[in-house]
Amino acid sequence: MSGARLELDGIGKSFRGLRAVHDVSFDVPAGAINALIGPNGAGKTTIFNMIAGVYRPDAGSVRLDGRQISGLRPDLVCDAGVGRTFQIVKPFKGLSVLENVTVGALHRRPALPEARAYAADILMQLGLHDRRHQAAESLTLPDRKRLEVARALATEPKLLLLDEVMAGLRPTEIDVMVTFLQELNRRTGLTILLIEHVMRAVMALASNIVVVSYGEKIAEGTPAEIARHQAVLDVYLGEAEPA
Amino acid sequence: MTLLARLTGGVPARSLWGLGLLLVLLLVAPALLGKYGLSVLILVLYFAFVGQAWNIMMGFAGQLSLGHALYAGVGGYIAAGLFFHYGIGPWAGVFVAVAAAVAAGSIVGYLGFRFSLAGVYFALLTIAFSEFTRIAFDHWGWAGGSGGLFLKVDATSDILNLRGGPLLFYYVILALAAGTFVLCRALLESRLGRYWLAIREDPEAAQAVGVPVLRCKMIAIMISAALTALAGVWNAFYYNNLFPETAFAMGRSIEFTLAPIIGGLGTLFGPIVGAVVLTGLGEIFTDLSEVFHISGLKQIFYGLALLVIVMYRPAGVWPWIADRFGFGEKRR
Amino acid sequence: MTADFLLSLAQAITKGLLTGMVYGLMALGLSVIFGVMRVVNFAHGEIMVVGMYLAWMGFEYLQVSPMLSLPVIALIFFGAGYALQRVLISPFIGRPEHQQFLLLLAIAILLVNACLVVAGPDSRGIQLESQFDSYELGPFVFDAVRVHAALTAVVIAGLLWLFFTRTRTGKSIRAAADNNLGALVVGLDVRRLYAFTFGVGAACVGAAGALMITIIPVTPFLAAEYTLLAFVIVIVGGLGSMTGALAGGLLIGVSEAVAGLLLQPSLKSMVSFGILILVLLLRPQGLFGKSGP
Repeated sequence: MSGARLELDGIGKSFRGLRAVHDVSFDVPAGAINALIGPNGAGKTTIFNMIAGVYRPDAGSVRLDGRQISGLRPDLVCDAGVGRTFQIVKPFKGLSVLENVTVGALHRRPALPEARAYAADILMQLGLHDRRHQAAESLTLPDRKRLEVARALATEPKLLLLDEVMAGLRPTEIDVMVTFLQELNRRTGLTILLIEHVMRAVMALASNIVVVSYGEKIAEGTPAEIARHQAVLDVYLGEAEPA
Repeated sequence: MTLLARLTGGVPARSLWGLGLLLVLLLVAPALLGKYGLSVLILVLYFAFVGQAWNIMMGFAGQLSLGHALYAGVGGYIAAGLFFHYGIGPWAGVFVAVAAAVAAGSIVGYLGFRFSLAGVYFALLTIAFSEFTRIAFDHWGWAGGSGGLFLKVDATSDILNLRGGPLLFYYVILALAAGTFVLCRALLESRLGRYWLAIREDPEAAQAVGVPVLRCKMIAIMISAALTALAGVWNAFYYNNLFPETAFAMGRSIEFTLAPIIGGLGTLFGPIVGAVVLTGLGEIFTDLSEVFHISGLKQIFYGLALLVIVMYRPAGVWPWIADRFGFGEKRR
Repeated sequence: MTADFLLSLAQAITKGLLTGMVYGLMALGLSVIFGVMRVVNFAHGEIMVVGMYLAWMGFEYLQVSPMLSLPVIALIFFGAGYALQRVLISPFIGRPEHQQFLLLLAIAILLVNACLVVAGPDSRGIQLESQFDSYELGPFVFDAVRVHAALTAVVIAGLLWLFFTRTRTGKSIRAAADNNLGALVVGLDVRRLYAFTFGVGAACVGAAGALMITIIPVTPFLAAEYTLLAFVIVIVGGLGSMTGALAGGLLIGVSEAVAGLLLQPSLKSMVSFGILILVLLLRPQGLFGKSGP
């Protein structure tokens, strides 16, 4: 084992001849928080979907702790230890906030009372406990983003994929989320890979950043290195809102 | 005791008392009601039972089936055919009947779910299979073809062969309806039940949190088909005749969906309340239209009633009743 | 394969094609409504049967040929469809499918039983003067009524095509069908458009009803059968595709006629449902559909 929790090895995906992702490789070490950034339409979410089992890569492989997970169904990828959120949030609208998270918790805790207790605990951590009996569809967007994180965490993943969970949050809310994720990572050693446009959050959280543009990896390095990287600056010129 | 505690957890005491009272009333009802009253109550229980079975598919797992007559028809025909041709009683034949319906459900489900048909498309697939089977039975000699299959009407009570008067059929359908009610409660309060609700709300998100979507949907259609087949067997022996034209008709499939939709989709009491409302309205309208002697008038009243209900109580009658009278579950 | 058999096969196919054109017109209405509103009209066959009854009454009581009453029926149906959408269906746009289903089911029950109350359960047909006329082309013999009905259906489909490609409203409807959200964004008056679409869909099926009564007699019990038939055609052709609806109509018309010849007439819809199952599984977007469900 290479010590990497997640290894992407030359993965690629085309849709009807259109190349969405081409030959992307990078590792995420166990216990790290890394970020995946790039302009809109660069293929970030496609990469997430290949890791999470929504798409099968046309080329290359995805390994979790040395075990190949590419080609597995999403529920089996979850089983292997990958939790994910959706960029366009997908709450179980008709169910309460608590039931939403309970569904995630049931994955490793088949008994309903235990799963519900565990879910309530996670909601407490994310500050959603007061709203646990509300229907998920009545939540505001920031709360829905939090609910996405809570539901993914409830599956007790080894690797958490966060797809733009800061988008739409106010600066103070971003700080709360950043602190929560740092704390979670420190306490449990959870490995996190995040797609994010909010540079302030990326810089605060990520120890390593991968940059993709037009489906290809164009740079990788520490936040300081990326901030100085010429290719990245070219891509981002006038693109990302400065944090 | 733990199972009982799990089943009743979070239910307000007044609901439990109400439920107990309802069961007692149903048990002694035949002594209180006349022949007509009993026949109406039998219909209510039948539609509550079969509605409950359909509700598992649509209300719980979110899969719209408009072809459930297929399972009732297959079940009824097989049990009746075994009895008619070989003298095999329905208590044994029911196992074959249920197995066949589950097999049919598995085929429809596997094809539909494997090819990711959802919503209206899945509903049309279920209609197509049901209609396909109807025409096949029209031409199948063993099942009597389009001329139908008739069971001998026997006045003597023979419980072993499910032969007897309305009283026998009343208690059988009561047992089925009550048993299914408890089963549905148990299913809802289980991991599988919660997975169904998650699939109903958003299959992609469900799969991302580890829900084996295909397997859960398959279990839903198999349980639903099995229960619907039981209703079909009961129906065949209660009415003593079977015709493909009615057994597999789309109208029959639609009949199965009405009680849960009108009562409240996905709720345990929805199918029961819906069955009471629909059967009650049906009886009232029958009486009304007999006054005027116009065929079709009953159905017009019926259509108007459906229209009013769907316009003013689109989420069903039961959630509204539960809210008003505090029968709903407590938040935990 | 004898020449006789081949001839009767060819006869069956042409008969199927002719009937199929009327089927196509009927399915077109369902397809247009679904394409624009994403509402599945479970009362489609019932509307068709009402059209058949109106044409029958026009002939029976006013001695007006269905071909002449057709424009009037289409106009009435347009108005009725417009009003129906505005008053009843509009609040249900975007609601869960089972609620729309229940609403249209209620409408279907009302329509078909209104027919039953007014005209009774007996089958009602009309005898046109051209009933036994036929056209001959080489060895082929065509029923005149069927040819007239098919030609009229083609003309109406052509008019619809002009409407959808040449008029502003028609183009807007097509835009809304292609891209539902887009239409909302560019600020088309969606409420009016929806009502107009339902009107056009109802007019199509009403016209199809007026043509169909010249081919077969009507009973209230045909309604459910036509609803199913329209579904089969539209799914096979591609839900929301107008070419698909017409092509699906021809395909199902031919398959019914050929199945009636080669198998038994009572097995003909089994073949249709078989085709439906295959299409649903192998090409759920239909033969002419653009994207999957």
